[in-house]
Amino acid sequence: MRRAVFERGSEVALFLAALIAVVIIVLIGTFILIEGLPAFERTGLLNFLLGHEWRPLQGVFGIFPMIVGSIAVTAVALAVGVPLGLATAIFLAEIAPPRAERLVRPAVELLAGIPSVVYGLFGMTMLVPIIRALAQTWLGASLDPQFRAGYSVLAAGLVLGIMILPTIINIAEDVLRAQPLEYKEGSLALGATHWQTIACVLLPAARPGIVAAIVLAMGRAIGETMAVIMVAGNTPVLPQSLFSPVRTLTSNIALEMPYAGPGAHSQALYATGVVLFGLTMVVNLAALLVSRRRVKRG
Amino acid sequence: MSQQQAQKLAFTLLWGAASLTVLILTVILGYILVQGLPQVSWEFLTKEPTEMGRSGGIFSSIVGTLYFVAASLILAAPLGIGAGIYLAEYTHDGWFTSLVRFGIDALAAVPSIVFGLFGYALFVVALKPVTHGWSILSGAFTAACMVLPTLIRTSEEALRAVPQEYREGSLALGATRWQTVVRVVLPAAAPGILTGVILSIGRVVGETAALLLTLGGSLRLPRSIFEPARTMAIHLYLVAMEVGAMDMAFGTAAVLVITVLGVNLLTTWLTRRHIMRLLR
Repeated sequence: MRRAVFERGSEVALFLAALIAVVIIVLIGTFILIEGLPAFERTGLLNFLLGHEWRPLQGVFGIFPMIVGSIAVTAVALAVGVPLGLATAIFLAEIAPPRAERLVRPAVELLAGIPSVVYGLFGMTMLVPIIRALAQTWLGASLDPQFRAGYSVLAAGLVLGIMILPTIINIAEDVLRAQPLEYKEGSLALGATHWQTIACVLLPAARPGIVAAIVLAMGRAIGETMAVIMVAGNTPVLPQSLFSPVRTLTSNIALEMPYAGPGAHSQALYATGVVLFGLTMVVNLAALLVSRRRVKRG
Repeated sequence: MSQQQAQKLAFTLLWGAASLTVLILTVILGYILVQGLPQVSWEFLTKEPTEMGRSGGIFSSIVGTLYFVAASLILAAPLGIGAGIYLAEYTHDGWFTSLVRFGIDALAAVPSIVFGLFGYALFVVALKPVTHGWSILSGAFTAACMVLPTLIRTSEEALRAVPQEYREGSLALGATRWQTVVRVVLPAAAPGILTGVILSIGRVVGETAALLLTLGGSLRLPRSIFEPARTMAIHLYLVAMEVGAMDMAFGTAAVLVITVLGVNLLTTWLTRRHIMRLLR
C-alpha cells in the first residue's frame, strides 16, 4: 500500500517537473507584460514602436532606432555567419578527412563555449580599433566624423557573425547528414561530380533544415546582449551606415535598467523587453514551422 | 570550366571556410590568453579587488562564481533531470509532450536579458523576503530557469540511450517502475546526465546579461547566498566598460576562458568515456 502511494507520488512529482518549462515561459510572459503594459498605455503602442526619440529624462520613449538597430546588426551578422557557417558545415558533412574533422569539430564546440563578454572584450580591443583605423584612413574623407570611432553596426555584426557560427554549423551539418544516402548514390550513379551532387541534390533536399538553422541563428543574434554593448557604441539614434554607432533592443535594457528608478523609465524598459520577447517567440515559431520537425540544438 | 575544375574550386573554398573557422577561434583564444595570462599570478587569484577593480585581484569574483554556480545547479539539476525522467520513462508522445517540448524550445530561445528583467521583477522585487533582493540566490534562481532546457534535453537523451532490456529485466524481476528508474536506468544514464550538468556549468559561468539585473554586482567578498556578489564574467564587463582597466579585464578574461575550456574538456572526456562504455 505504502509502495503504491510512493509510486504514484513520484510520478506526480516528475510530471510537475516536466511542466516547469511551460510554467516558466508563462511566468516570464506575464511578469514582463504586467511591468511593461503601463508604458504602452502611456505612450501608445504605435508611438512607442515607431517613435524616433528615446529621452528617458524627458519621459519620451520611442524604440524605433533600437528596432532598426537590432535588425541592422542581425543582418550583418547573417551576411558574415551564414556563408562561413554553411560552408564549414558542408565541409564537415561531406569532404572533411577524419584528421581535419578532429580539428574543426572541437574548434566549433569551443567557439560555442566562449562567454559573450569575452567575445565583447575581443571585439572592443581588436575589431573596433581595426574598424576605427579603416574609417579614419581609407574612408576618412567620405565619412562623417561621428562615424569614425569604430564602435559601429559593422563591429557588432562581425562579432555576432562569429558568435552564431556554432548554431549554423551544428544544425546544418546534422541536417546534411540526415539526408537519405540514396539521393547521393543516385546522383553519383548518373555521373554527377561530388560537388554537383552537393550543390544540386543535397543542398536543395536539406533546404528546410538549413533555413531553420539560419532562423535560429537569427534569434540568437537578436537576443545577444553583452558582446553587442561592448562594441556597438550604443547611441539611441537611427543608424545611417555600417560605421554608425548603434543601440539594439537588448542593449537598451541592459544599459539603462541598472540605473532606472521605478516608474515610467523602467516600465519603458520592460516594454522594450516585451517587444524583444515577442520577436524571439515569432522567430522561434517560424523556425519550428519551417523545419516541421524538431531540430536538434546544442 | 569543366565540372572537375568547378569541383576543385568549390572544394578549395570549403577548405578555406573550415580553415577560417578554426583560425577565428585560434585568434580569439590566442589574443585573450596572450593579453591576459601575464596579469594572472597567485596574488591576482587570491587578493581582493581594490579601487573598484582597478588594482588588486579577483578573489571575490572567483568566490562569487563558485557560490553562484553551485546554487544555480542545486536549484536546476533536480528539476531538469526530473523532467527528463518523466519525458523519457513515464509518457508517450502526445499533446502533452508536444506542449512540454514547445515550452523547452521557447525557453531556450528567450534572450538572457529578458530572463534578467523577469528575474528582477520576480526574484529581486516580489520575492525579496526570501532572496533578500539583489543576491546570489536571486541570480541563481534566474540562471536555473535559463539552463533548464539544456538539462532536460541532455537527461532525456541520456535516459533514452539506455537499452530497453535493462528496464524489461528489472520489471520482470518484480521491481516497480520507480525502483527500475532509480536503481537501473539512472545509474546507466549517469555519465550522460553528468555531461549535461557540466555543460550547464559552462553556460552559467559565462552568463552575464541576466545577472547584471539580479546578482547585485557587489565587489565585496560574499559570505552567504543572501548577499549580492559578482561573477568573473560580470567583473570582466564592469571593469572593461565602467572602470576602463583593460589589463584587469584581460586577466579576468584569461581565467574565465581557461575555466570554460576546462569544463569543456571535461565534458568531451566524459562523453568519450561514456561512448566507449556503450560500445564495449
